[in-house]
Parts: sequence; structure tokens; C-alpha cells
Amino acid sequence: MSGNIYIYLFFMALVTFALRVGPLVFAKKEITNPLIRSFLYYVPYVTLTVMTFPAILRCTQSPISGAAALVAGSLIAWKGGSLFVVAVSVCAVVFLVELIPGIG
Amino acid sequence: MKKTTMENFTRGIRDGIPIMMGYLAVSFTLGIAAKNAGLTAFQAGLSSFLLNASAGGYAAFSAISAGAGYIEAAIMVLVANARYLLMSFAMTQKVAPDVPVWKRILMGYDLTDEVFGISISHPGYVPPAYVFGAMTVALPGWSVGTFLGVIIGNLLTAELLSALSVGLYGMFIAVVTPMTKQNRTVLYVVLISMVLSMIFNTVPCFSFMSEGIITIVLTVGISLAAAILRPIKEVRE
Repeated sequence: MSGNIYIYLFFMALVTFALRVGPLVFAKKEITNPLIRSFLYYVPYVTLTVMTFPAILRCTQSPISGAAALVAGSLIAWKGGSLFVVAVSVCAVVFLVELIPGIG
Repeated sequence: MKKTTMENFTRGIRDGIPIMMGYLAVSFTLGIAAKNAGLTAFQAGLSSFLLNASAGGYAAFSAISAGAGYIEAAIMVLVANARYLLMSFAMTQKVAPDVPVWKRILMGYDLTDEVFGISISHPGYVPPAYVFGAMTVALPGWSVGTFLGVIIGNLLTAELLSALSVGLYGMFIAVVTPMTKQNRTVLYVVLISMVLSMIFNTVPCFSFMSEGIITIVLTVGISLAAAILRPIKEVRE
């Protein structure tokens, strides 16, 4: 690294903090504009989906185990599995699928 | 029947535990990235404590590894974390208008993807106590995991690392899927998002775009289109 780590951290943390806290502190009033309300309604689902896919296929040793995890996780969540159950299940699925010779 | 603050706090802790476990696992790999960037275990733990961000953390360590300057590194982190701005706006609608500023600051500080996810899933206004409960267990998970990652990350087998790394994605799936069941439009929006995300991440003409930029572009584009074409019908509580 070319500089002082603590100075790096200071700027990076400041930026991140401002992004997260800014709207919560300054845009306190309930937004009434229907377009913006609808927009903000969809934002979480789009953003979490975009972050998960195709990344989930790439973070494992093989895209096959990643895909299996995606399918299994979605099924379990669809059936009402809790956060914890889904999280543990996807990890287990990856581990088990990668035990299959030829994958991973 | 309104829940007491203590009940909300405990529920937050309960829902925060899978997040903590996911963080412990994923931050191991972050710790390795930090070590490669030249950070000590303490510095890595501190960065995680201050940033609380997965993609942002990686962006930070990549920037440092690449020898970027202070401002350049800050900009890279800004882009990687830009989605938090949108999440924060989305959160303003989930937080009761009378919640005081100091609580908002505290809630915003640890507004990670996962904490955001469970807050959005919470019916009605999300009580600050709930968020604080989740933060109390999740925050240490991140810092401790990164810290340990620097020290023992190399000891984890590739199989274990691979299995644990999907934990966070599992949590995202757990947040998104129930709503796709409840709302047909959300289902279509999610499917379209998957297709477009695949395209933007694979087709070479988009390779100039970093993951952070892709996330923002798609989030804004798709959410806006959905908002225009399928505005939500609201039931006033």
C-alpha cells in the first residue's frame, strides 16, 4: 500500500457512513409521491437479486454447486424456511454437491 | 398488540444470528484479501468494524493493493457502496417518522445488505430496537471474522470456504423469495433482474462496468421501470 492505512480507512469509512446515514437523517418525512414510493418498494428486491445472481455461481468451486444452492435455497424459502434454515441449507448443498467427483 | 422494546431487541438478536454466522464465514475471505493488501489482523478487524461492508470491503482492499491514492480509494468504495444510498432511502419509509436522529444515525451506521434485508422483511415500521438487536450480534461477526481471516484463513480448506461463502447469498434469497410468492409483479421483476444481471456481468461490451456500477444501474433502471409500469397499490395502515 502506498500510504497510511488509517487515513485510507478514515476516508473510506466516511464515504460509506455518509451514504448510509444521509437519507435516514435528512429525509425523515414520509415520502408521499406514488412514483417514488413504488420505486423504493422495488429497490430492495432488485438490488439483492442483482447482487446474488450470477455471483452465487462464481463464488463456489463450481457453478454447478452454486446453481444447486440457488435452486435449493429458493425452494426452501418458497416453502417458508426461515433465514437461518435457508442460510445453513445453501451451505450444506454446496458442500454436498462438491463432494460429487467431477465437480469442484 | 405492540411489542415491548425488549421483545423487539430479542427478536432482532434472533434474526441477527444467521447474519452473524454468514458474516463470520464470508469475512474470513475478506481477511485474506486484507492480509494480501498488507493489513495486520488488528487493522483488518478495525476496517470491518468501520465499514461493515462486504463488496465495499473488497473494493477497499483491492484499491489499497493496487496502490490507489486516498481519494481514488474513497471513490472506489463510494461506487461499490452506492447502493446503500438507495437502501437508506428505502429505509426512510420503514422507519417511523418520530424516531429521533441519534437512533437513525446508529441504525444507518450498520445498514448492511443483510440488516437491510431483515428490516425490509419486518412488517410495518421496523422498531429501532429490532435493528439494534441484529447489529449487536452481526457487527462482531464481521470484525471478528475478518480478524480471524487474516490469522487463520489459509487454514480453511477450499471446500469449506466454498460452502461457507454462499451463506450470505442464502440470506438474500430468504429475503427476496417470500415476496415473489406474495406479489406476482415482484416475481417478474426478480426474474428480469436475474436475466439482466447475467447479461451485464457476462457480455463483453459491459465489461468496463464494475460490479458496483452494474448494481446501481440495474437497481435504478429496473425499479424505475417497475414503478412506472406497475405502481404499488397501497393499503394505508
